[in-house]
Amino acid sequence: MELIELRNVYKTYQLGDIAVPVLKGVSLTVARGELVALMGTSGSGKSTLMNILGCLDRPTSGEYWLDGEEVSVFSADQRALLRNRKFGFVFQNFNLLPRTTALDNVAMPLSYTAGHLSERQARKQARKVLEEVGLEDRLDHEPSQLSGGQQQRVAIARALVNHPPLIFADEPTGNLDSHTSAEVLRMFQQLNEQAGITIIIVTHDALVAKHAQRIIRIHDGLIVEGAYAAGAQAAARRAGSAPAPADSRGA
Amino acid sequence: MKIYRTARTAMTALGRNPMRALLTTLGIVIGVGAVIAMMEIGTGSSAAIQKTIATMGANVLLVVPGTAASGGVSFGAGSVTTLTPQDGEAILRDSPAVRNVAPIVRARTQVVYGNRNWVPQQMLGTTAAFLDIRDWTSLAEGDAFTERDVLNANKVCLIGQTLARELFQGESPVGKEIRVKNVSFRVVGVLGAKGANMMGSDQDDILLTPWTTLKYRVTGSTLSNPNQSAAGSTSSSVNTLNKLYPGEAPELYPKQSETQAANTPLPVRFANIDQLLTAARSPEDIPAAIEQISEILRERHRIRDGQPDDFTIRDMTEMTNTLTSTTRLMTNLLLCVAMISLVVGGVGIMNIMLVSVTERTREIGLRMAVGARARDILRQFLVEAVVLCLVGGAAGILVGHGGSRLVEVLLRWPVATSLPAIAAAVLVSASVGIIFGFYPAWKASRLDPIDALRYE
Repeated sequence: MELIELRNVYKTYQLGDIAVPVLKGVSLTVARGELVALMGTSGSGKSTLMNILGCLDRPTSGEYWLDGEEVSVFSADQRALLRNRKFGFVFQNFNLLPRTTALDNVAMPLSYTAGHLSERQARKQARKVLEEVGLEDRLDHEPSQLSGGQQQRVAIARALVNHPPLIFADEPTGNLDSHTSAEVLRMFQQLNEQAGITIIIVTHDALVAKHAQRIIRIHDGLIVEGAYAAGAQAAARRAGSAPAPADSRGA
Repeated sequence: MKIYRTARTAMTALGRNPMRALLTTLGIVIGVGAVIAMMEIGTGSSAAIQKTIATMGANVLLVVPGTAASGGVSFGAGSVTTLTPQDGEAILRDSPAVRNVAPIVRARTQVVYGNRNWVPQQMLGTTAAFLDIRDWTSLAEGDAFTERDVLNANKVCLIGQTLARELFQGESPVGKEIRVKNVSFRVVGVLGAKGANMMGSDQDDILLTPWTTLKYRVTGSTLSNPNQSAAGSTSSSVNTLNKLYPGEAPELYPKQSETQAANTPLPVRFANIDQLLTAARSPEDIPAAIEQISEILRERHRIRDGQPDDFTIRDMTEMTNTLTSTTRLMTNLLLCVAMISLVVGGVGIMNIMLVSVTERTREIGLRMAVGARARDILRQFLVEAVVLCLVGGAAGILVGHGGSRLVEVLLRWPVATSLPAIAAAVLVSASVGIIFGFYPAWKASRLDPIDALRYE
């Protein structure tokens, strides 16, 4: 079983009387531990697909299986819980809370994880994640006092704080210069390789996509390339044996 | 734990815009402050009025004789004398709602001590029960006269503070002799200070003696009218019972032959008195006491059904009720005004919260993306509004309480700390927060995370 499996997913928006089909039967899989880039021009449906994958939206029809569960039938509250437990989100514009310290920004998702953590534990965990992204000396800085790259690293720490198996990054380098972009992408690669976190990066930038192991191309609501995780790769991972030849991991 | 964290999140969110939070809260501060101040001043005035009435003698009922009339001309209350001390004894004995009864004989004349003289406003002949009825049992000096003094018509008296000051000028009056109409009285005690009554007349300007002494030794006749100049005209032109005891030196008891006594089974009127001061057991007993007193008196005075009473019962609760209901009306009126300002404050909160929801749409989207459910968002914004209102309420309590203290100190208005008002203010400010915070919070929770995240 793959981590993510979409089966024949349609998404149609209703604008007044006109039905606008955005996704027209998308099927794809993502295996555990993959670093995938989702590419497409604007209007191709990649944002919609991203929203559905991130459980922010529901498909009009079709099935979405995540980790053996059909999440396309989940209620809004169930999806919220799922997002909290299994997903981390990184956005193009960082979406950090203004006038709030980096530490509080990172600890924020923990407040929705049914209070099993005390305030102190939550802060401790947030501090640990911030150290992981190399911001241990910026804990009390507010977003306005941080550079773009630092802000994005705070956002990545926030995505990591719940130890999710899956991270969605929506144009994570769109607002960064090339140097910082490379830094952020390297961080994603590290997370993927060292922590085994599955990462899906949405981008229209071929340079960014180059960092991924696989590129899924979407055009006009249909997947045109790279829809399925390599079977051998997936099989190999299930067996827990050595990586497949195409795999660049294991270095 | 969870609510603590929500509250903390709310505080942090509010702390991001302290000036706005402060201004928003100001509406509630003023509203709650106004409610508290109004309530405290209102209850203070009402308590003060009740206290004033209590010093006048709580639960007091005054029985005065009825009016005499001749050829359609009425002579006013007290112009006939129909009450006797025995009426009072009968009331005390037969009316369970009455706590105590004191007969009263009035006079108004000069009191002399040494080279000083004074005309006390009230010169009352009564019994020791008077002090109990008027809540005046605490004497500044000496003791009250006794039942024996009343029976023997002893020449003893109690004087009020004003009289003591005017006559004795700082000397101790106890044991001194004062003269009333050339009758020498020994002062046995000085009454405690009672001050002016509600209408401003000085209650301490008083002289109390046994009623027998005042009646038989001083005035010589019942004073149907405390203004002695009028006494002659009523007794000569109207056939009233004043005629019963003419002259300056009446007998203590009217002479009766054996035959007379046997032939008149009616109770003999030994003496008439001007008023009967009675006290009901409690304010609730006052209506029952009135009913019982009039029943007893009608029976004793042999008044047939359908005939008018020959006495009038005056009832202080009427005054008490009027005054307290006036105070209550005022308090309610002020409360209404204060409530309006609370509602205005609430609308202010709603306004700001709506602005805040719009401004923080992206934050709401983000929170939803990282796992906040609609109800988490609802709760967060609701808690923010409630925190604003509660903080405002707490500040309002301080401001209102301080304000009423200030009024107390500067204007000398009586105020009383009102715990129910404080509880109500906390409750009201919390409900204002919930009511006016709900709509913005609900609006926030209805947002679609995708749209909210993309909101510019």
